[in-house]
Amino acid sequence: MASLPVKDLPIIELFGPHRNYSNGLRLESAVEPDKLVQTHCCFCGMQCGIQLKVKDNQVIGFEPWEEFPFNQGMLCPKGVKRYLQGAHPDRLLKAYQRDPAAPAGFRALPYDEAIQRVAQEIERIQSTYGPDSFAVFGGASLTTEKAYLLGKFARMGLKTCNIDYNGRLCMVSAAAANKKAFGIDRAANPWADILKAEVIWIAGANIAECFPILTNYLWQARENGAKIIVVDPRITPIARTCDLFLPIKPGRDIALFNGILHLMIEKDWLDHDFIDTHTVGFAALAEHVKEWTPRRCAEVTGITEAAIRKAAQWWGSAKSSFLMHARGIEHHTHGVQNCLGAINIVLASGRIGREGCGYATITGQGNGQGGREHGQKCDQLPGGRDIENPEHRAHVAKVWGITPEELPRAGVDVYEVFRRIDRGEVRGLLNICFNPLVSLPDSGFIKRMLERLQFFVTIDFFMSETARHADIVLPGSLHEEDEGIVASAEGRVIKINAAVDCPGDARQDWRIIQDIARALGREKGLTFANPREIFEELRRASAGGIADYSGITYEKIEKQMGVFWPCPSDDHPGTPRLFEAGSSNPIAKGKGRFYFPDGKARFNVAPYTPPAEDVDDEFPVILTTGRVVSQYLSGTQTRRIGPLVDQYPEPLIEIHPQLASRHGIKDGEWVRIEGRRGICTLRARIVTTIRPDTIFVPYHWGGGKSINQVTIAAQDPISKIPEYKVCAVRILNQYGPPANAQGLEPQQ
Amino acid sequence: MFLLDQNEFFIDPARCIGCQACVQACSECDTHKGHAMIHLEYVDRGQSTQTVPVVCMHCESPTCAEVCPADAIKKTEDGVVQSARKPRCVACNNCVLACPFGVPKMITDFELMMKCDLCYDRTSAGKKPMCATVCPSGALFYGPRPEIDQLRPRSKPMNQFQFGRQTITTKVHMMAPTGPVKAQYLDVTEVMNENGPRQRIALDILSNLYASEDGV
Ligand code: SF4
Ligand code: SF4
Ligand code: SF4
Repeated sequence: MASLPVKDLPIIELFGPHRNYSNGLRLESAVEPDKLVQTHCCFCGMQCGIQLKVKDNQVIGFEPWEEFPFNQGMLCPKGVKRYLQGAHPDRLLKAYQRDPAAPAGFRALPYDEAIQRVAQEIERIQSTYGPDSFAVFGGASLTTEKAYLLGKFARMGLKTCNIDYNGRLCMVSAAAANKKAFGIDRAANPWADILKAEVIWIAGANIAECFPILTNYLWQARENGAKIIVVDPRITPIARTCDLFLPIKPGRDIALFNGILHLMIEKDWLDHDFIDTHTVGFAALAEHVKEWTPRRCAEVTGITEAAIRKAAQWWGSAKSSFLMHARGIEHHTHGVQNCLGAINIVLASGRIGREGCGYATITGQGNGQGGREHGQKCDQLPGGRDIENPEHRAHVAKVWGITPEELPRAGVDVYEVFRRIDRGEVRGLLNICFNPLVSLPDSGFIKRMLERLQFFVTIDFFMSETARHADIVLPGSLHEEDEGIVASAEGRVIKINAAVDCPGDARQDWRIIQDIARALGREKGLTFANPREIFEELRRASAGGIADYSGITYEKIEKQMGVFWPCPSDDHPGTPRLFEAGSSNPIAKGKGRFYFPDGKARFNVAPYTPPAEDVDDEFPVILTTGRVVSQYLSGTQTRRIGPLVDQYPEPLIEIHPQLASRHGIKDGEWVRIEGRRGICTLRARIVTTIRPDTIFVPYHWGGGKSINQVTIAAQDPISKIPEYKVCAVRILNQYGPPANAQGLEPQQ
Repeated sequence: MFLLDQNEFFIDPARCIGCQACVQACSECDTHKGHAMIHLEYVDRGQSTQTVPVVCMHCESPTCAEVCPADAIKKTEDGVVQSARKPRCVACNNCVLACPFGVPKMITDFELMMKCDLCYDRTSAGKKPMCATVCPSGALFYGPRPEIDQLRPRSKPMNQFQFGRQTITTKVHMMAPTGPVKAQYLDVTEVMNENGPRQRIALDILSNLYASEDGV
């Protein structure tokens, strides 16, 4: 029974989201803290170093950590105010049970009783419908230890194949493309290489708002003479002063990359030596892009021919460069192809594996990189291993002390798990670090599927929109209440340090997972005493794999301010830059720099296909979605931090004045967005900084404010990433607020 | 406690991305906990994402102090213009209206003018101000002159501003792009004129998406 126990208003009243502001000790001047804890911000893949000020077991503020090399004290507003997530009035201090008779729909119960209930339901569902009928969802904001443990719990404890994670909505297109082209899934270069690049190509990445700290790297590169090319349907704050802005029509990125490659071949802006020695597949690709003339490229992308030629010239004739992309090209039904297109123009230039010659996807979540390496992904085992590869299965089974036959096979992606719920194949769900009701597309379907579950348990520190549907909510830990490692977007493994203890009945997530295993009588292999013990096993499990952590220790991380993986032995310093001349890896075994048996990178033909739902007469406007700088993901944390809510309280629809005037819409008025799956009514922000055929809405809000009521669940066939960045809608002037605007605060 | 070290404050609005890390961090500083003193505004969000951060410029002859009838605003020997002194400030708003940069803020709860004091608790103890430490774009920078000269070859620090007939010299510097025109000072009123001769900013480039052949 995973429907809402009562209407959502009373739940919101008790559990929030409410806004927390500084008060008490946090507002007093000259308070001498008990300690300063060096750790990292939890709110994006930059993983800025920060020092938390702790007094009386409470984080009361922060002090910049200027010695940490990546950000040198810099932070975005989320990092500055992150401390306000602690000691929050909405914090779950007890376990809760769904109870329609309770005023807010939930009744507190003793922690052990809640764990017993969870174990009984797992047992009941699995013994009635089979092991795969119980699914597990994780998230990429968990530490790597927790992600590892969750994978082990699902496969060894629950013996279910159905485990996947919210990274599915994030980096999987880039991950798949990186594996196809390079044989390894990691940013190829440390960010410091940006500073040495002559041309910087930014595709579908709102750096200023999603990866703010990289801004200084970009501007510094420009002081050194770099030219910056930005490809985006919006003039983002970085695009505002870039050297060349390509206002692409959403969903057409691969056409642009093919068009650029066409010109690189025509003008012979190629590194023939590199292509011959270090790659395969160029001839077939060259044949394919013949048809991508500048004219055709311009027609499809909506960018002028002149601008395409200029971009190709800058890129083609550069001596050093850095290409980076993010969700803008990845959130598509052809997201993998888009990323392959980007990689193709990098490989053709030969500018990779050297100082100042780089390529990277910019992961968005706190542990977006590390959270996808060690086994919470449906097809993957620790060390970046493949769950369908017999050798890989044997290695991990040995570390876990089981036979390879006992390991479940590959499962399916999170969205497909929801479809399995629809088909009655999955009946129960354990969820942690994920708010699918806000973050998945076509959220009406997600809500109906949650309602179909026989049993739903979620581990969370706040009552998220998804948690409101749970039968049992277990009080988990905040980032600052536990320790462990994460890998930042540049592949730097760093250490999160605990600053305070868990309050009330809340406890560290890894304890909760192990408590469930014990209550099930399936605690074998799940009896770790602390994160360090988990990490020590993870090191062994990853040894010899591509994501090799075996030479990393907590001490080495502290001493070196992070260790870039792979790091295969105790005396290895780590690998900041991949694919360097003379480098070796466990797949190529000395044959070359790339992670394939012949050591060569792969060019991939990347054919253009239009978005799954293109505009038509009925739905003539392109809807695209993204983030704002003051919010993180589904907002479970950041919609509870007062100053961040005040900075950007509610989602606004960005509309170009031409489109707005056609519909008689004025700035600040209510506008209804209608699509095939749902509607969403929000206020307009009329700006000339967006293409006139496109509207933009940020996605951090729930309920009636969630744009994911409208987005499409079409997915990339390889990566299974949903197409958040394009669907077809129409817009109407609404003349007045929608019903859901009443009685709710902006963040609710 | 007197001479601040060799560090100086530099503002480069061209770098600003409007993230408001400075605003959020300013309110974390001990001398004005809970109140952000920095100003951060869009120039015209309808037209551009351009934002401009303004900290107190710490003028050599501070207009705010000159117009204060209660003599509440003091410049310390290190050149920092402090918030109004609580016992003296009569909350008349003269300073708020007179400051050419629009810096002082009237905190009505306290009936007191407060302003950016360069995070006096931090800078007087050798630390950087909050905003210039966290700013992720380098739009706000605090450090020694040789460092900024080396880091920013494309611009030059300026600290003279012309407001009509008033010339103001400040402790805080603005980075002005180096280029063919070598200005000796920034003429603020000229830039405020909509058709000012140096206003060659190309706005609204997406409206002509389909018409223009040069999308650059
Ligand atoms: S959200 Fe990201 S950029 Fe902002 S402070 Fe945190 S880690 Fe740094
Ligand atoms: S922190 Fe820096 S980039 Fe962000 S708004 Fe302030 S001045 Fe601008
Ligand atoms: S120097 Fe300090 S007081 Fe002044 S604007 Fe910056 S953070 Fe605020």
